[in-house]
Amino acid sequence: MLQAFIFYMFATVLVASAVMVVASRNPVHAVLFLILCFFNAAGLFLLMGAEFIAFILVIVYVGAVAVLFLFVVMMLDINFVDLRKGFRRYLPIGLAVGLILLVQLALVVSSWAYNPSSLSNTPILNSPDVDNTRAIGRVLYTTYLYPFQVSGLILLVAMIGAIVLTLRHKPDVRRQRSSQQLDRQIDQVMDVRKIEPGQGVNL
Amino acid sequence: MNFTSLYTAFPEISLAVFAMLMLIYGVVRGERSAQTVGIASFVAVLSIMIFVLKLGFIYSPGFPKLHISAGCYGCYAFDYMFIDDAFARFVKVILLCGSALSIILSWTYLKKENLSHPEYPILILFATLGMLLMVSANDLLALYVGLELQSLSLYVLAAYNRDNAKSSESGLKYFVLGALSSGLLLYGISLIYGYTGVTKFTSLSKLFIDMHQPPIGVLFGLVFICAGLAFKVSAVPFHMWTPDVYEGAPTPVTAFFAAAPKVAALAVLARLLIVPFGSLAHQWGQIIVFISVASMLLGSFAGLVQSSIKRLMAYSSIANVGYALVGIIVGGTAGMQALLIYVAIYFINTLGVFAVILSLRRKGKSLDRIVDFSGLAKTNPLLALTMVIFMFSLAGVPPLAGFFGKYFIFLAAVKAGMMPLAIIGVLTSVVSAYYYLRIIKLMYFDDGINIFDPLPEFGLRIVLAISALYMIVFTIWPAPIIDQALIAAHSLTGG
Repeated sequence: MLQAFIFYMFATVLVASAVMVVASRNPVHAVLFLILCFFNAAGLFLLMGAEFIAFILVIVYVGAVAVLFLFVVMMLDINFVDLRKGFRRYLPIGLAVGLILLVQLALVVSSWAYNPSSLSNTPILNSPDVDNTRAIGRVLYTTYLYPFQVSGLILLVAMIGAIVLTLRHKPDVRRQRSSQQLDRQIDQVMDVRKIEPGQGVNL
Repeated sequence: MNFTSLYTAFPEISLAVFAMLMLIYGVVRGERSAQTVGIASFVAVLSIMIFVLKLGFIYSPGFPKLHISAGCYGCYAFDYMFIDDAFARFVKVILLCGSALSIILSWTYLKKENLSHPEYPILILFATLGMLLMVSANDLLALYVGLELQSLSLYVLAAYNRDNAKSSESGLKYFVLGALSSGLLLYGISLIYGYTGVTKFTSLSKLFIDMHQPPIGVLFGLVFICAGLAFKVSAVPFHMWTPDVYEGAPTPVTAFFAAAPKVAALAVLARLLIVPFGSLAHQWGQIIVFISVASMLLGSFAGLVQSSIKRLMAYSSIANVGYALVGIIVGGTAGMQALLIYVAIYFINTLGVFAVILSLRRKGKSLDRIVDFSGLAKTNPLLALTMVIFMFSLAGVPPLAGFFGKYFIFLAAVKAGMMPLAIIGVLTSVVSAYYYLRIIKLMYFDDGINIFDPLPEFGLRIVLAISALYMIVFTIWPAPIIDQALIAAHSLTGG
């Protein structure tokens, strides 16, 4: 009972916030709704007992992707009102396409026959005393050590690539060099001179 | 997994560790380290190549000759995800040699074009590592990660000259199409996994031999995997990116593209179709026959109208992939041996051609139109002569090495009763001979602006000398490569 209630709460908020992501006029609001969306999806995953995916969703999507979106939205001056100009005009055809897809999906799902024996050869550990974070951890660093490490290398190459292709050293940019600033001695930068009245000073 | 895994994968692990050390060195030392990193990478790749060569030597019973020998029929590592057999070692030697030579090729070009950064050799190292991992993959997942490591490095290398619009365009085009093909490949892999529940090549092979009729999902997966890999080897109809990427990328990068990744992707395709899907040959046969014939035809005919030498080489590589695929279609030990001999000759032949293209400069500016070759024989007879060797070899004129590559492929096809395929191959290679011979005609019989910069520095000369000698020496003493290709083919087909 309580589980059903929590499920419907998460699901309703998820769908509602998903609609708001598309519908809100202010892009910053849209991103904030997206964060709400991710949180509720994480809640649903928790409910299914997939706590690892729930954590990843919060850590990666909320912590990194959504923040990145916020940066992009704030830094690039995209006029979202212009982008949405044809919204009304394309609404009927969009709805029609969506409806057809829905009917097709319903047809596929309703005709789906589930083979119970297919569950038996799934390699997922289904034991109550091993939660799935532990189960993933057990194979990630043993059986799948090799693809895991190579994925790390792929990410390293991605990082090198991003830096190689975008980082530019501009020679005329003046950067603050704190070590130089701190190393300066008073007698190198200050020079006390006596100025005769009416003569000025020769620098 | 235990520590023997580390021993089996020693060449790959040492290459990875070395690349990361070089990265740290490059970051600490900054731009000044470019030359040191380049030289060190060359030495490292070369020593790993010698190690891989020696590996076969150590394993071979009674130390007969200094060859890559069969060694263990397949040493597995990392829970059977990684395989080290004679086939993998043969291809790895080619790949390491190709990337070592392309590191030397790049030195002066990068310096002259102001592109000399330590990241360049490091990206080549990572691409090479990805290719080695691909070739040694014994699992669909391992294959995919290796392929991605290789392709991601290559995307960056294609766009390496970032201030040049064409280079950026080629990088972007390569990236978008490459990502699409990776998607296709991954979709195929997921279908196979979904319908069989295994991803290891050896398990798949056993499964399909026992199975009378494979499920339809597996066939779908097979088609997707073939399409994804056809993209990587740039076989028709997935070849569209090749001319643009070849033209736009900096010339040494193009040389690398033409030499190493193609060989790796062909080897992976061969292993995949022979080992896990070997018993489904009648299913994938027609697909590969189609892409092979289409590649031979398009590569030969479209090459006729090109004016840029780099685009010409792109079409030439498409045609050559078509010939190499004939080896896979024939299958069996003979087909694999022919394929391996073919790629062992082809990669060094293209590297030689690109070394000539890189040597061709007029007042410091690099030339890449075909007509720029006019009159080269009068000003620089030696360079023209080497180009003649490479072109005759590509065209398949005996007694140069390229002739033998084609000879073994077509011989295998005829012996397997695939006469039409061999006839198409011979006819298209006659067509493509036109554009190879045209360059020779331009160099010897046409007048051009007879001003070329003097023959370039040390690095290019070495590559020119090595590849030209290889083309000739193979004719006189082909035994080592033919024998080793046979051993490697045996290790794949188990026959």
